[in-house]
Amino acid sequence: MTTDYETHIKSGRRIKSDAIHGILFTAPAITGFIALTLIPMIVSLFLSFTDYSGFNMPKFTGLANYQKMFSGEDLFFYKSLKATAYYTLLSVPASIIFSFAIALLLNSDIKFRAFFRTVFYIPTIVPAVATAVIWLWILNPDFGLVNTLLMKLGLPVSSWLFDEKSVIPTIVLIGLWGTGGTMVIFLAGLQDIPKHYYEAIDVDGGNSFHKLFNITIPLMTPTIFFNAIMAIIGSFQIFTQAYIMTNGGPNDASLFFVFYLYREAFQRSNMGYASALAWILFIIIVVFSAIILKTQNKWVYYEGEKA
Amino acid sequence: MKKTVGNISVYIILCGLGITFILPLVWMIRSSFMDIAQIFILPPEWIPNPFTLNNYIEAATMAPFGLYALNTVIILVFGTFGTILTATMAAFGFSRLKWKGRDLVFSVILSGMMLPGVVTLIPQFIGWKTLGFYNTFVPLIVPSFLGGGAFNIFLFRQFFMSIPAELDEAAVMDGASYASIYSRIILPLSKSAIVVVAIFSFMFHWNDFFNPLIYLSDDTKYTLAIGLQQLQGQYVSAWHIIMAASTIVVLPCLVVFMFGQKYILEGIVMTGIKS
Repeated sequence: MTTDYETHIKSGRRIKSDAIHGILFTAPAITGFIALTLIPMIVSLFLSFTDYSGFNMPKFTGLANYQKMFSGEDLFFYKSLKATAYYTLLSVPASIIFSFAIALLLNSDIKFRAFFRTVFYIPTIVPAVATAVIWLWILNPDFGLVNTLLMKLGLPVSSWLFDEKSVIPTIVLIGLWGTGGTMVIFLAGLQDIPKHYYEAIDVDGGNSFHKLFNITIPLMTPTIFFNAIMAIIGSFQIFTQAYIMTNGGPNDASLFFVFYLYREAFQRSNMGYASALAWILFIIIVVFSAIILKTQNKWVYYEGEKA
Repeated sequence: MKKTVGNISVYIILCGLGITFILPLVWMIRSSFMDIAQIFILPPEWIPNPFTLNNYIEAATMAPFGLYALNTVIILVFGTFGTILTATMAAFGFSRLKWKGRDLVFSVILSGMMLPGVVTLIPQFIGWKTLGFYNTFVPLIVPSFLGGGAFNIFLFRQFFMSIPAELDEAAVMDGASYASIYSRIILPLSKSAIVVVAIFSFMFHWNDFFNPLIYLSDDTKYTLAIGLQQLQGQYVSAWHIIMAASTIVVLPCLVVFMFGQKYILEGIVMTGIKS
């Protein structure tokens, strides 16, 4: 993407190359990158090969931390990996499909669009702690609003967050309450689709399904792609909900990976082992993102490309 | 005819979902003004009777929420100022100045955006602790003064590139320094982008739970988010009081949203589509 301004700059007419000012203006950001990203990454990699409590000198132990993970000796490692994978597998498709569906509804020919958009967006601005606390009560199995209503309607109730089987789907459901940001991005994308594309389908005698699957979804794939990547990165790092609502339970069923990492690092002072956990998570996220990036040629449609 | 029917079902679905989306907040607010007897009445009642502010007073006596609010405001004022100052400076350097390696440096910094925060978490924590800043606001504020996050730099850079180049050139011809181009031309023209980032920064600092959790140990230094979590942990079934505390935490966000809605929605779309 080259703007007018950039071509101007590149043609280098009046504004001369000026490394000193360039570095001066970007110095805080460059310092931040070096001090808060680059050096910590190197240190983190180093610590992952050590036994380090945060108080002693790091003791080099080679691959011991990684061996501990993969030898099956650390049951929590597998449990947290499984919980996180399950959560990601449920929440990424659920949040994308749900917010896309709402965006489609809002994009239909309706009044009060802005009003509805606001309604669906508002929960995303509620701080995560408050979200967790509110739902903790609403979903309380004994005197929460949801079970009370279900009982009145004669429907089966659930233990929600207090059952090993339902705890992760419940956290996914609560997460859907906060997908308004994705919905807003989808809606803006939908509104950018030129009307005459749809008119062409009308002329050919197609119906709404043809419109959805032949025009809307193909044209939206870049936006879907972007949101899916962000959702995956976010869901692998889920922490706050579990910390506040379930404390990883019941029976470690919602012991998410970052929660386990937090526990090892800050409650058990296993900083070296926690660093190794962080690197495993990093590698998992990179691999997943790479897979999606690799497959994007197959399903992501960019306008202006040869079909 | 068919279209009208379709439309009515769309309205019904939207209204149903809309009510479900708003209900938890209505539930929170109504409970915060009720006494404990009324919050559990079935079927649920929606109008507090008697209407009471006791829950707020009790929440404030159980934990110093005024102090927590002050701590949160201190962190977010400095954090937001630092973010806007250093992110606009960086974006200026990455868009309106010409220098060797500029685009390379920018893309390296931008790549940090995709990095999961947990990889840098432990060394950052050890670093701040070694420097003696554990249990202070420093680790919560200083990062904002170091570029304010790749995401915000990206957003400002996009915005700055849409400002005509002739403005800078004319200023250079008149002998203006880069500092004055930045502060007298670019910043005044970027008010809407600054508002967007300021709102995002407010929300980020107000909502942040993880960083205060690991860096603050002394309960006089807690932020509202931590204070609410602590209260919930200690008074497990005092839901009327917990809801009052939750309302205190949520309300400022709602107010900021009401005033900045236009900017927030624009900002989300800008970051979601252009990247």
